[in-house]
Amino acid sequence: MLKRVHFPSSPLPYLLVAPQLAITLVFFIWPASQAMYQSFLIEDAFGLGSEFVWFENFQVLWGDQHYLDAFWRTGIFSLLVAALSMGVALILAGFAQRVVRGAMVYRTLLIWPYAVAPVLAGALWVFMFNPTLGIFPYFLDFVGIDWNHYLNGNQAMALVILAAAWKQVAYNFLFYLAAMQSIPNSVIEAAAIDGAGPGRRFFSIILPLISPTTFFLLVINMVYAFFETFGIIHAVTQGGPGTSTTILVYKVFNDGFVGLDLGGSAAQSVILMVLVIAMTVVQFRYVERKVEY
Amino acid sequence: MSIKTLLCSSALMAATAGVAFAETEVQWWHAMGGANGERVNKIAEDFNATQSDYKVVPVYKGNYTETMTAAIAAFRAKEHPQIVQVFEVGTATMMAAKGAIYPVEKLMKDAGEAFDGDAFLPAVVSYYETPEGELLSMPFNSSTPVMWYNKDALDAAGAAVPTTWDEVQETAQKLVDNGMDCGVSFGWQSWVMVENFSAWHNIGMGTKENGFAGFDTEFSFNNEAVAARLDGIAAMTDGNLFKYGGRRGDSLPMFTNGECGMWMNSSAYYGSIKSQAEFEFGQTMLPLDTSVADAPQNSIIGGATLWVLEGHESEEYKGTAQFLTYLSSPEVQAWWHQETGYVPITTAAYELSKEQGFYESNPGTDTAIQQLSLNTPTPNSRGLRFGNFVQVRDVINEELEAVWAGDKSATDALNAAAERGNTLLRKFERSAK
Repeated sequence: MLKRVHFPSSPLPYLLVAPQLAITLVFFIWPASQAMYQSFLIEDAFGLGSEFVWFENFQVLWGDQHYLDAFWRTGIFSLLVAALSMGVALILAGFAQRVVRGAMVYRTLLIWPYAVAPVLAGALWVFMFNPTLGIFPYFLDFVGIDWNHYLNGNQAMALVILAAAWKQVAYNFLFYLAAMQSIPNSVIEAAAIDGAGPGRRFFSIILPLISPTTFFLLVINMVYAFFETFGIIHAVTQGGPGTSTTILVYKVFNDGFVGLDLGGSAAQSVILMVLVIAMTVVQFRYVERKVEY
Repeated sequence: MSIKTLLCSSALMAATAGVAFAETEVQWWHAMGGANGERVNKIAEDFNATQSDYKVVPVYKGNYTETMTAAIAAFRAKEHPQIVQVFEVGTATMMAAKGAIYPVEKLMKDAGEAFDGDAFLPAVVSYYETPEGELLSMPFNSSTPVMWYNKDALDAAGAAVPTTWDEVQETAQKLVDNGMDCGVSFGWQSWVMVENFSAWHNIGMGTKENGFAGFDTEFSFNNEAVAARLDGIAAMTDGNLFKYGGRRGDSLPMFTNGECGMWMNSSAYYGSIKSQAEFEFGQTMLPLDTSVADAPQNSIIGGATLWVLEGHESEEYKGTAQFLTYLSSPEVQAWWHQETGYVPITTAAYELSKEQGFYESNPGTDTAIQQLSLNTPTPNSRGLRFGNFVQVRDVINEELEAVWAGDKSATDALNAAAERGNTLLRKFERSAK
């Protein structure tokens, strides 16, 4: 145990953190507690009458097959988005690190997609994959694939995963590149002298050494897929066809803003909040400590 | 201190004086984009030009759902408009909001505006009346599903315009035999194939007079008549007699580019079809299923009405009432009807369009009105009043898509839809208390 050290108390530290605290209170704690409170209510849309029902909204969700389906769908969606975007970023970073000439240009170009707003990213992919106008369905037709994501749920899912992963590649690329550059050259050179080729060096030296970054990115990408993909889904499929691309965050929007079921929607957002808190806890507790090399 | 008070009070006086002399503003939130949005602006401008006391300000708030959500959110924040346009499936939600809405008939009485409920087409207003017959919202843009047909294609195939479902099938066969891609298609499938099919054949969609008599209603559209018709349509997918083209109006291009010879959807597609179709087209009444009824009852409407919200000054309500009177005047209504394909909401506007010779120069454009006023509406055909109906329609869409894909029988799909729908009704019943 550390010995407690007493410093003379001064209001200055409190003053310095006050703005940050105020922002957290106004933009996070307050709306979050409102959502919590609302999740215990069954309320009409206009807020004229409400009934306090404790955990009934949550119970209903628990017994709702469509909600449970959305849960699994979200899990698959976010895992695939994370895997795809991290995989591509890793490969690109691996190559970018080896580029000698024009490295700056190459890297800068790879970072660009990160600046694209999700809705715009969605719109881009919608155009490219439009069943009648898009360029990709035209090519897919040659290999015998009849592309129509307006009717085919799996194709719609594939499209939103592609669009969501594409947008996140740049972010992952940045982190992977930084991680790779922080690996001491001596380690890699030593391996090279021992006769390890580029492939072997990548898998036996680089990959283990950047595993903390991988874990960090996994959590960040999961959170991204859970929440920030709303814009993409709204622009590309609006959750359809049927409910085949309705992930949890889209269902919150749909039930709350289209269906006007405020209590149920609030309950769903509380569950999402708990999920993201859990992920953040995992991130803080384990990333820095447990990933050893 | 005293100088400050003085300044404040004089500023206040100036402000109130300013308000007293300015025109009173009436906010009108609507969901009409594109060409119809311009027509809405024209109506407001024309009204503003007729008098100088009030100024109607139309504001486009996105699609129907977005407009309704915006108005509700604004109401909760006490920043709501006087008038908001709400689509017909939102009727039950609006109606249940007792302290939030100002019934139009009451508004007219309070504001001293002349109001005659009998001037309106019964099939239009009955959708928006209380069981006691009080009009709650002002009908604005109402339409009803009709059957559009490609006259050139029908003539080429030697087929007559069908009036029954058996004839639809025969005609579809003839069209396909004659080289067409598909015989018949439709959009807004819940509205056209379930809601209107039921009303047209005078069978109930749900208990309690389709929800009019109470929130404790349950769906009954999972009956044999509807199931048999849907199974019949699903069977028509063989040989492309029927082709599913997506929800809402997504299948419109299939009709206008000559793929499908017949298309059932809203009469308000008149403008779009007129500008897109490069063939002669016509509209006729929905087909009758002779195994269900001997004669059609009447169809029900879709579209939107204008709701007045509580919580404003009486002066603003006077302006609102005057504007609604202007809006429902025969001249404005006839113009709106002829431009858009929406039905005129008053008998006078219908008569005026007749006098102007609109139906003679545009044959078939009165199909919608004839369908709506075919008979006096029964409890099965006056309209629907189900809570959470926006979501219920999505449920019906999902289940019907499973039928068209051949994954489910119509009976199974309708049972599932009714069960899921009833859950939503119970939820609404509780929240509306």
